[in-house]
Amino acid sequence: MVWNAFMRGTVADPMRELEYLHRQMDRLFAGPYALAASEYPPIDLWTSADGIQLRAQLPGVSASDIDLSVVGDTVTLKGERQDSRGVADDAYHRREREVGKWVRTIQLPFPVESNAVHARFRHGMLEVELPRAASDKPKKIAIKNA
Amino acid sequence: MKNDKVQETREQATGESVERMRERPVYTPRTDIYETEDAVVLVADMPGVDEKSIEVTLERNTLTITGRTQDVVPEGYRRAYAEFDRGDYQRSFALSAHADPNGIQASMKDGVLRVSVPKAKPALKKIPVISGT
Repeated sequence: MVWNAFMRGTVADPMRELEYLHRQMDRLFAGPYALAASEYPPIDLWTSADGIQLRAQLPGVSASDIDLSVVGDTVTLKGERQDSRGVADDAYHRREREVGKWVRTIQLPFPVESNAVHARFRHGMLEVELPRAASDKPKKIAIKNA
Repeated sequence: MKNDKVQETREQATGESVERMRERPVYTPRTDIYETEDAVVLVADMPGVDEKSIEVTLERNTLTITGRTQDVVPEGYRRAYAEFDRGDYQRSFALSAHADPNGIQASMKDGVLRVSVPKAKPALKKIPVISGT
């Protein structure tokens, strides 16, 4: 598919194309679940007829440090993860856990009933219940015999 | 926040010589290790793991941390998109000879495991020197 793009001469930015290739390769080797894990925090989405459940992995963050907002069909998660307190930089032997501010915006395929959003946080996992707005739900129209 | 290393964590822990009976992926938790005056502290990210499903074991000088997660499938829902998979966490660390195995302490909060390994006080033994004859 990448070759096709080259052949057709539709490649505008070679760097971008390389990045794309890189992503495709990552996907190929990472299995079906690692789709686009470049954003923080990693999420997954569960759907039903009534709405979506969103989960995010946020270890080391307290519930009060998470800022969740819903506008229309857009969910925004915002927060900050703090460093281990009082540890000097040169005291680290190994530092793999990222710290700092993060923000993630997710657009859903439908508007959300924002008054009915429920969120809970435990063991470093955030779970957000996002019900589909009643106005957006399909309505069944009764057909009368004439 | 930039997070280039995420992929790394998603990779399954390799180099395990023991086959597991539980049929699910095992991930290497991202870990910080820092040293204080009297201990070496390990901080590992294990989202979804509570204090009851964590195991910290010490065999000879190998410290192993294992965290098990529960699959929670919301009823009536199906997964449409995922950037992380369900799985357990495991990682082993070789302790230095100066670690005191008896004083190891572990705590779990908000999906983060903290293990503190105290440094052994150097056993100072004075050797009396006698005058040679």
